[in-house]
Amino acid sequence: MQYIDNIIFFLILAVSIVFFVKNIKKLSRNINLGVKNPQMDNKNLRWKRVLKIALGQSEMVKRPISGALHVVVYLGFVIINIEVLEIMTDGLLGTHRVFAPLGAVYNIGIASFEILAFLVLVSVIVFWIRRNIIRVKRFWNKEMTSWPKNDANFILYTEMVLMILFLIMNAADSKLQLLGAEHYTIGGSFPISQYLTGLLPSDISSLIMIERGAWWFHIIGIMAFLNYLYYSKHLHILLAFPTTFYSKIEARGQFENLESVTKEVKMMMDPDADPYADTSSGEEEEISSFGAKDIFGLEKRQLLGAYACTECGRCTSVCPASITGKELSPRAIMMKTRDRLEEVSKNIDKNGEYKDDGKMLLNDYIKPEELWACTTCNACTQACPIQIDPLGIIMKMRQYLVMEESAAPQELNSMMTNIENNGAPWQFNQADKLNWAKEDN
Amino acid sequence: MSDFNIKVPTMAEYIAEGKQPEVLFWVGCAGSFDDRAKKITKAFVKILHEAKVDFAVLGAEENCTGDPAKRAGNEFLFQMQAMGNIEVLNGYDIKKIVTACPHCFNTLKNEYPSLGGNYNVMHHTELIKQLISEKRLTVEGGTFKGKKITFHDPCYLGRANNIYEVPREIISKLEVELVEMKKCKTNGLCCGAGGAQMFKDAEKGDKEINIQRTEEALETEPEIIATACPFCNTMMTDGIKIKEKDVEVLDIAEIIANAKDL
Repeated sequence: MQYIDNIIFFLILAVSIVFFVKNIKKLSRNINLGVKNPQMDNKNLRWKRVLKIALGQSEMVKRPISGALHVVVYLGFVIINIEVLEIMTDGLLGTHRVFAPLGAVYNIGIASFEILAFLVLVSVIVFWIRRNIIRVKRFWNKEMTSWPKNDANFILYTEMVLMILFLIMNAADSKLQLLGAEHYTIGGSFPISQYLTGLLPSDISSLIMIERGAWWFHIIGIMAFLNYLYYSKHLHILLAFPTTFYSKIEARGQFENLESVTKEVKMMMDPDADPYADTSSGEEEEISSFGAKDIFGLEKRQLLGAYACTECGRCTSVCPASITGKELSPRAIMMKTRDRLEEVSKNIDKNGEYKDDGKMLLNDYIKPEELWACTTCNACTQACPIQIDPLGIIMKMRQYLVMEESAAPQELNSMMTNIENNGAPWQFNQADKLNWAKEDN
Repeated sequence: MSDFNIKVPTMAEYIAEGKQPEVLFWVGCAGSFDDRAKKITKAFVKILHEAKVDFAVLGAEENCTGDPAKRAGNEFLFQMQAMGNIEVLNGYDIKKIVTACPHCFNTLKNEYPSLGGNYNVMHHTELIKQLISEKRLTVEGGTFKGKKITFHDPCYLGRANNIYEVPREIISKLEVELVEMKKCKTNGLCCGAGGAQMFKDAEKGDKEINIQRTEEALETEPEIIATACPFCNTMMTDGIKIKEKDVEVLDIAEIIANAKDL
């Protein structure tokens, strides 16, 4: 029976990995429901951006308070996870503090994990206060309904609990080491948890129970959290990297020229083109519609962005339409895209393939009123710490409305008719275009 | 401002004489037809004339770049416009274009190349800065000396094309007090006109965007709000009217032309 712990640990680990892999597969299946991304050239620059923006948090720190707090939590998360390696090894092999023989290096390691754990705890508490007590406005916009709020707070609580468990575990461990308890290898330095030892009992059996309890809850918590990611805005800890990689590197003002349109326009403008020519190239060409009415018409990277969005609301807090009380919120565009994508995902899970459910991203989730409120000012894309592009989705859906449904607002139809007829968005005669030069002042 | 009596040559006239201008001035629809924007056009022409820049316009051969159509979602109309314009521009073998409209600027510079239109495209603030540094244009404060000016970043110049300092460098040459709004440069708030909004009423909300932005500008207590976009100019001018404030909204080109009493 001496291996029972190891076996239980192995089983928990295996189950959590199986579920995690399943979720990742589903994630990738869903993202691949989108249309092809534009050509991803300039890989070097893209990797540089991943290093700077995602790994280096360069955009995050543009808001100094939330930025600094985030850097602490992010560094803490990454570095403390080194300790998880030891915990895993101990769990599988039945050892205890297997890396302790590293001596001074080990002590420095444990000491820095403790300090980081403490800083993470403080930062997470400040995050919680900003969200729930100070009520920073962007956490309370209309799209922040109960689930997004609960999700955010649940993440904060989990992080608090994990850090506290880690420190309690160390406190109990160090006390056991001092008491010379069997199996408790001497090792580690405990600059933070030493202040907790006084709160703990002094008998070895209670201490072992506390230490083991904290150890198990801590590692089970981490594995549960890993599997919570798919359902949560917290997915950004993984997807921030690919999102940044695939993000637009052209000037923000440069909107993609649709190739499918270019072909048709060239044909229309070519005086030698035979209007009755058979344009099909023999093979059955993919029947494509312009723009997007549903997630199937969005680019893969746009769907990836929907999963990567952590709902921080920096985009919405700078959006001129949102600021002036319009229905549009760039964050809501991302959240609604994800909601619809998840609905489609469940549909596929249930039916084996997507069965028309009579719903669409357009109208059922995102209303034309939201789309038409956008000024294409790029404030949202500039503000996003991981370069998600709500504007790209808005444009795709406008294209669908206009090119497939002819459903632009009446005034825009007039503007476009004017451009077509007289080369200007207003009703002026094109022949008068140089009249200004003849006017006196 | 003195009367406008500068001869504005067209490309057709240039070609007829077998000449090629140094730069094509792309006037844009607002600059051609909108009464307020026409003043900016003329101010810029005066600057070009003063600096002895050999320029021409397309006149009746100039068509909307297609920017508002594209942003409204009509890619067909945009590309029709673009290809028509590219045919004209390439036909005249145009190499260099300057425009006072950031929307034309962005479209010509970023969206025409993949459709076959490759030009060196400059915003008028860039050309003005270049003329100053080449000493073809001298700038002094004149009537503007000591005035308090705030600059509103046009989205399609700023965030869209990362041009933030050029207009500010020009303003600072005028010995004025340049004051920044809380939201400026990358954080600048849109005037409300972009993305084809200029041509339609705003969606339901609790405020007009141009009022919001005008209020932000007024917080700096400026005597002049400087812009570098005909649409921003309209939006801010309307905002000032509604707020009933005695603040002038001027394009950088107008400020320079006025300072030199052109």
